Amino acid sequence: MRFTQDHEWVALDGDIATVGITSYAAEQLGDVVFVEIPEVGKTLSQGDGMAVVESVKAASDVYAPVSGEVVEANAALGDAPETVNAEPQGNGWFAKIRISDPSQVEALMDQAAYDAFLASL
Amino acid sequence: MRYLPLTPDDRAEMLGVIGAGSIDELFVDVPAAARRDGFVDLPMFAGEMEVERELAALAARNVSAGSAPFFCGAGAYRHHVPASVDHLIQRSEFLTSYTPYQPEIAQGTLQVLFEFQTQVAALTGMEVANASLYDGSTACAESVMMAQRVTRRERAVLSGGLHPHYVATTETLARAEGMDVVHLAAAIDGEDAVIAAIDAHTACVVVQTPNVFGTVTDVSRIAAAAQAAGALLIVVTTEAVSFGLLRSPGEMGADIVVAEGQSIGNALNFGGPYVGLFACREKFLRQAPGRLCGETVDAEGRRGFVLTLSTREQHIRRDKATSNICTNSGLCALAFSIHMSLLGEVGLRRLAALNHQRAREVKAALTGIKGVEILTPRFFNELTVRLAKPAAEVVEALARKGVLGGVPYSRLAPNAGLDDILLIAATETVTAEDIAALKTALTEVMA
Repeated sequence: MRFTQDHEWVALDGDIATVGITSYAAEQLGDVVFVEIPEVGKTLSQGDGMAVVESVKAASDVYAPVSGEVVEANAALGDAPETVNAEPQGNGWFAKIRISDPSQVEALMDQAAYDAFLASL
Repeated sequence: MRYLPLTPDDRAEMLGVIGAGSIDELFVDVPAAARRDGFVDLPMFAGEMEVERELAALAARNVSAGSAPFFCGAGAYRHHVPASVDHLIQRSEFLTSYTPYQPEIAQGTLQVLFEFQTQVAALTGMEVANASLYDGSTACAESVMMAQRVTRRERAVLSGGLHPHYVATTETLARAEGMDVVHLAAAIDGEDAVIAAIDAHTACVVVQTPNVFGTVTDVSRIAAAAQAAGALLIVVTTEAVSFGLLRSPGEMGADIVVAEGQSIGNALNFGGPYVGLFACREKFLRQAPGRLCGETVDAEGRRGFVLTLSTREQHIRRDKATSNICTNSGLCALAFSIHMSLLGEVGLRRLAALNHQRAREVKAALTGIKGVEILTPRFFNELTVRLAKPAAEVVEALARKGVLGGVPYSRLAPNAGLDDILLIAATETVTAEDIAALKTALTEVMA
């Protein structure tokens, strides 16, 4: 699993990257009430607005950690947004992206680097 | 005592920060022809008695709606507002309270908004309604922009019966959002033209019923055609009392319903403030504009009311909000709610039937007058006549005879080439004597 400074995670399987927000982000947001997931088929560049996660106190943009095409979006979050809080780095995933540039994933922080990053905040 | 807290030095510093040389420079976008040099020509002071006398003399030059036979409608209608409504809205708890952002101390205001939303949803036949927008025309514009967000399409078709002011407001806002707004030619009964104009790029069709010419339309066929093409049907009503007699837009298949609520509980107010009604299907709720009041329970399980889904609004979402409105027309919505509560369903149905009856009496009185042709095939409380002379002149001539006979269409749309069209409305406030006076005066003017 890799991480961005905006607290998104990426889990790569072949050329499909599953992405979501980290435990840290989910905790900061508070109870998630709604997730606006991306449209399947949408092409994203790294850093583009990918999703919006709404909690009781804020609505935050979630950015695409990697470039590629959205091949699947987690529609289950529609009825159960609380999954993002319960399993942010598991069943609370947002989208699966067919990546266009594997080097982008390698350039992201690994777990150790992300932990160090969190400690510095 | 200084009334203004800023000193000249404060102002100079602020101008320096923004890079303006003077305050006048901030007004360069106002056309020179609209700018004024110097003060308005008023005395520096005058006694209270003198001022009252002068203003009363000015006011006496007006012929007010209540002082003569009155048949003007075209989007704003003279109805009787019971004294009880005025009395209740002037309670200081209602009159002076502001935006209910803090639910702990605003339960009264929030409960009113919840009741109002419930009434609007029931009247329009829709699943959800918001706490009101500024007026019917901006509500119309907001609905079109919402259709753009929901369908991700850019084309809006406005029917030929939509009120020209609603067309203009919608065009102004929607074109700024890059939409392609198509306004069909003015038509008394333009249902087929609307259906023919729907294509795969259409986000919405906007149909008014009763329309600006008074025509009542069953929009079910348009609803089916729109939905088959993936477009939304937006139904507009400018006369809210019509909900008491006509099939609701929701029953006919509307996706969004917008209306002017002025007719219930609110006077003509010289054109405003009014109250925009907005209702839609629940599945579109997150794309809806405006304030939403919700019912919930507090930590002790007691029922309470709050503003909800606030993340749609601009004070949280900024440029990604569903609209830039972050308020509602609270006092007018309150007056609407109070009057609706006093009427109840039975009262509203009776009121609507009375309105329609008066309009039928007007039609009977005008039938057969030389130079007057009645055009509206099906109406609620407003109808359109074609005159053998320009309608604006006829209205002036009627006014000189003490009758306020209606609104010339040319007043709403000066370049539509419909100068011979007159819109005549008749509410429950119209008497048999009023109708007789209109008949006599119009016969004389058209002779």
